[in-house]
Amino acid sequence: MSQPLLSVNNLTMRFGGLTAVDAVSFDVYRNHITAVIGPNGAGKTTAFNCITGFYKPTDGQIVLRHKYDKEFKLEEMEDFRISQHAKVARTFQNIRLFGGMTVLENLMIAQHNHLMKASAYTIGGIFNTPSYQRAQEAAKQKALAWMDRVGITDRADDPAAALPYGAQRKLEIARAMCTDPVLLCLDEPAAGLNPKESEELNALLRSIRDNDDVGILLIEHDMSVVMEISDHIIVLDYGRKISDGNATEVRNDPAVIKAYLGVVEE
Amino acid sequence: MSLHDQTSSSFLPMIKRSVIATIIAFFLFLPTLGIKTSASGGVDGLFLTYRWLLLAIGCGLIFVGRIVYELFWAPKDGVQKPAKAQFGLVKALGSAKVAKTIGPLLLVFAVAFPFLPFSDRYILDLGILIITYVMLGWGLQIVVGLAGLLDLGYVAFYAVGAYSYALLSIHFGFGFWMCLPLAGLLAATWGIILGFPVLRLRGDYLAIVTLAFGEIIRIILLNWRGFTGGSNGLSSIPRPSFFGLPFNQDPGGFAATFGLEYSSMQRIVFLYFLILALAVFTFFVTARLRRLPIGRAWEALREDEIACRSLGINTVNTKLSAFAIGAMFGGFAGSFFAAKQAFVSPESFNFMESATILAIVVLGGMSSQLGVVFSAIAMVGGVELLRQLQFLKVIFGNDFDPSQLRLLLFGLAMVLMMLWRPRGLVSTRMPTVFLKDKKTVSAAMISQGRG
Repeated sequence: MSQPLLSVNNLTMRFGGLTAVDAVSFDVYRNHITAVIGPNGAGKTTAFNCITGFYKPTDGQIVLRHKYDKEFKLEEMEDFRISQHAKVARTFQNIRLFGGMTVLENLMIAQHNHLMKASAYTIGGIFNTPSYQRAQEAAKQKALAWMDRVGITDRADDPAAALPYGAQRKLEIARAMCTDPVLLCLDEPAAGLNPKESEELNALLRSIRDNDDVGILLIEHDMSVVMEISDHIIVLDYGRKISDGNATEVRNDPAVIKAYLGVVEE
Repeated sequence: MSLHDQTSSSFLPMIKRSVIATIIAFFLFLPTLGIKTSASGGVDGLFLTYRWLLLAIGCGLIFVGRIVYELFWAPKDGVQKPAKAQFGLVKALGSAKVAKTIGPLLLVFAVAFPFLPFSDRYILDLGILIITYVMLGWGLQIVVGLAGLLDLGYVAFYAVGAYSYALLSIHFGFGFWMCLPLAGLLAATWGIILGFPVLRLRGDYLAIVTLAFGEIIRIILLNWRGFTGGSNGLSSIPRPSFFGLPFNQDPGGFAATFGLEYSSMQRIVFLYFLILALAVFTFFVTARLRRLPIGRAWEALREDEIACRSLGINTVNTKLSAFAIGAMFGGFAGSFFAAKQAFVSPESFNFMESATILAIVVLGGMSSQLGVVFSAIAMVGGVELLRQLQFLKVIFGNDFDPSQLRLLLFGLAMVLMMLWRPRGLVSTRMPTVFLKDKKTVSAAMISQGRG
């Protein structure tokens, strides 16, 4: 296999006396779906927040490799720079959309840094220069393409808060993808979805994996999603990695069964 | 259950609530209506007069008023009635088409205003004042309405602009058009200087620190006598001229050059058009900014800061740009203020000014430029209107001074706003970009910002 897209090495995060993530190491590959699972409180979201820069890890290295061997040390970067330069996009467990803004506006904001440059940091934008107009139109087309892909084009001009829950989840993924990421981090994307919506989500994630040249890292509780689409599963329990492998391997790992079901006392 | 039963069963609680309201009113009115302090020239200094009749009338009004309210308006059985359709006119202000019609009409009216038959000096001065507040409102709207940052010290930037013009023109002899951009630049710089330490704070804390900043600027102006003239202020600031032609009776003046008879009104009309031009400039720039990536980022910041960061938006720079650009327009307005008055003193920049500008933005609606125009007219013009109510003296006697009711009516207006238009005159927002059709976003969806 080629070099991993993301290498997490010895990641540790302590909150006071509590060690939420304890020396966890794993790799994420391009065009792979990697799932992080584990019981509640296992440290999944904390690990996630460390990778996307919302927490500063206590210890460990997180290295992201672009093509042409360009490397980013994510543990040293601020959250918005991780998205801007290292091209890591994320969604949130409790959806965070710009509720009072329309679906299209949400997708335009995702292209903020690109459009800021195109508007010559606002100065060119004020005079509506042709190059800015072209960039704005291109951004709109890109937004439209993503709306088509997740199937919310008919709601383009509606405020995001007015969308049904499933559509909001899709919009959040589309918004993350509009930032042109190399790594897409999804925090429980199937939470609150009905079985039909879960199916659609699976199809969408597969299509992103196969067509968009990104690595997908997701946290999920819904095993129907995890087992079906993941190429690689990492299991955390009490902040430690207890298993690592493909769906079949993980499913039959005694440590995983113990963590989820408890162990029968002899 | 028959109608009769319902009425009788809710009758006693209704009386009970009215009595409670009356008791509360009694204690509120006791010091305000019931007791009057008068200064006597004698040894005692102050003595009290009791006005029991007035107190009784006040309490009676509350009792009757509460019963009337319960009978006609109050929600029945504690169930909140669904919000009634908004008033036609006010609702219309939110729609794109109406805004597109009213806007140009207002501008035409504003341009024709000085030439209308009733426009005397007093009316024009009032017009200048209102437009100044409209401009300040639009500037503050960027910070409070779009970026959702509660700024209680906006008047500081107004003061920076005014003193910049005053000092630059007195010491260096710079003209108005040269000082204007410099004043804007200085105010924007102060916006950034204030912004850096303050923007880590959110919500109430941000409000308190900006409030303090407003006061600090005023107190510095008051105490740095050598530089700012202290409480005496700076006087004899050069007045703006018409492309180099001063408004005076000299042969080289404006009137003589154009072969007109000299009139002091010419200068007022010029000032009027000057502030109108500045306000129109502010309007177009802020309206344009809102549709640019920077404006969308401001609104996104108000909606969800964490989501902004996850999308790679530098929230610190975005907040600073909102502060700086808002401050710049405050600086422009301040520069005009100094030019108009030819005199600045710290007294013009107290907290009341900040509060008025903020009230204009809040009453107008956080993201509607048209709303700000109407609320500025109501807030500034309404106060002036009170002075005109001298005929009320016929009813209330000669001691009655209607302008003293200013704050009372202000409070009443606030209460009415809270009841009927809690999100301002125009509470909806217009999308900045659309695919097929532009639909207004209702206030219920829009976040008010916590920073």
